[in-house]
Amino acid sequence: MSPLLVVDDLRVAFPNREGALVEAVRGVSFELGRERLGVVGESGSGKSQTGRAILGLTPPQGRVTAKRLAFDGIDLLTCPPRVRRDLRGGRIGMVLQDPKYSLNPVMTIGAQIVETLHAHERVSRREARERALAMLAAVQIDRPERVYGLYPHEVSGGMGQRAMIAMMLVADPDLLIADEPTSALDVTVQLEVLRILDRLVADRGMGLIFISHDLRLVSSFCDRVLVMYAGRVVEEIAAGELSRAQHPYTQGLLSCLPRLGESRHPLPVLQRDPAWAL
Amino acid sequence: MSVGIEVRNLRVVYDGFVAVDDTSFHVAPGESFGLVGESGSGKSTILRAICGLAPVTAGEIALVGRGDRPKPGSRGFRRLVQMVFQDPYGSLHPRQTVDRILAEPLAIHRMDDAERRIEQALDEVGLGTGFRFRYPHQLSGGQRQRIAIARALILEPQVLLLDEPTSALDASVQAEVLNLLDELRRRRGLTFLMVSHDLAVVTHLCERLLVMAGGRTVETLSSEDLAARRVESPYTRTLMEASTGFRRA
Ligand SMILES: Nc1ncnc2c1ncn2[C@@H]1O[C@H](COP(=O)(O)OP(=O)(O)OP(=O)(O)O)[C@@H](O)[C@H]1O
Ligand SMILES: Nc1ncnc2c1ncn2[C@@H]1O[C@H](COP(=O)(O)OP(=O)(O)OP(=O)(O)O)[C@@H](O)[C@H]1O
Ligand SMILES: [Mg+2]
Ligand SMILES: [Mg+2]
Repeated sequence: MSPLLVVDDLRVAFPNREGALVEAVRGVSFELGRERLGVVGESGSGKSQTGRAILGLTPPQGRVTAKRLAFDGIDLLTCPPRVRRDLRGGRIGMVLQDPKYSLNPVMTIGAQIVETLHAHERVSRREARERALAMLAAVQIDRPERVYGLYPHEVSGGMGQRAMIAMMLVADPDLLIADEPTSALDVTVQLEVLRILDRLVADRGMGLIFISHDLRLVSSFCDRVLVMYAGRVVEEIAAGELSRAQHPYTQGLLSCLPRLGESRHPLPVLQRDPAWAL
Repeated sequence: MSVGIEVRNLRVVYDGFVAVDDTSFHVAPGESFGLVGESGSGKSTILRAICGLAPVTAGEIALVGRGDRPKPGSRGFRRLVQMVFQDPYGSLHPRQTVDRILAEPLAIHRMDDAERRIEQALDEVGLGTGFRFRYPHQLSGGQRQRIAIARALILEPQVLLLDEPTSALDASVQAEVLNLLDELRRRRGLTFLMVSHDLAVVTHLCERLLVMAGGRTVETLSSEDLAARRVESPYTRTLMEASTGFRRA
């Protein structure tokens, strides 16, 4: 079976102030099947821009090139824009970083989920409402009827993030790109959301790209992990083997995490080696 | 000279919805105290209530200790108690430079010597003056969080309310910000009230913590007890189990 997603030598460049192009993503390659792929790496390493390029959501100034970028056999770089738009939010779902930006501030949470549902399926108003409420309940939102009618500024950080996830789930995607989908959630809710994603991968064969800075979560949840640094993949490792990572950057990231029951003041910080960025 | 904070029987109601109910705790001067618990349990609301940004329907909030103790809502209180918000993307004005972001609170509180204070605040959070005329979108997540901390520090507060100060940051930047907070507390004798869903982060920075669910207190315990798994409530135990990572059934 051919892979769900093929990314070969993906590059994303932005013009700097002098107008010269600077690459934020510098030749990323990977294939994705019906699996959970984690992407970790420090802030600014190009995780979100990699995800955005796959979705076709690179900011307008950015330039995307690749030897190949294909979803289920569809060449994403040459297909008509309409095909790409239809894929996005449909067969390719996304949960973007910073939910407060991604939610419409003048629409209630419920109305936004219903709108997404209507974009993909013909359903009656009543059924749409019921499905939206069921989705809110599925992402562990207490009293969904109350939250259905709230505006984004009236929900807590973690509730906004789950509303985003509910919105994506109603579209039933084949590939999901989730950018820090659980960073604002408390640990118990986080696990519930991961269980939902896990079921979609296991039962429906969805492919998942899980972008996160939470190494512990990624190593316990994903099958495989790409470690990014300065726009490149510096290490690819089976998730369970993360604690035995070879690259000094990956090792450094692991050692600066505080651990329960351990007192290290100050915490070690990364000593970056210029050679890692070559 | 430092002050702490006392919250007694706090209740916050939004349009008939009780977000926080009957919550009490005491943070001694110079202490660091954590709030953990379910999403939507009212943690941010407590911090907002202290700053006068949420509708307090019952209960008391007061500064404690030997220093100056202005009343909540007063200008003096708004200077001594500063908040760093949950969302580093939303909390900085996108069209203001770092310089303006830092100058504004100084102007509001009519503090002199703005030039020196801005430079010192940037220096204190480990950002050079090279960052002074940048806009938020030209900064990484970690740099934005440092600016948010600098903005809180510039008024020389005694109490810092920190809402998930590192949850949007990667491991290496998180370690830098935690070290910075540690050092500031030591150097300035600051009192911290910090919200985080990461138990390792809370116990790293705080001596004691309060566990919340559904707007109410589940239990109050020391970080040592948590680390040694000496917890009383089943909910705290669930939190502790969950923080070890995902487990496939
Ligand atoms: N519109 C833009 N113009 C110029 N550079 C940009 C733009 N958007 C992103 N970049 C740059 O691209 C690089 C990669 O950014 P990206 O958002 O992918 O990082 P990330 O790994 O997702 O980091 P984080 O963990 O902070 O979310 C960064 O150095 C960033 O400054
Ligand atoms: N302006 C508002 N109007 C109505 N309800 C509100 C408003 N602000 C907060 N709430 C409600 O108060 C409750 C507590 O919210 P709060 O932001 O304090 O949660 P939290 O514990 O900080 O959660 P998280 O960990 O997800 O950030 C939520 O149910 C939320 O919907
Ligand atoms: Mg990102
Ligand atoms: Mg909150």
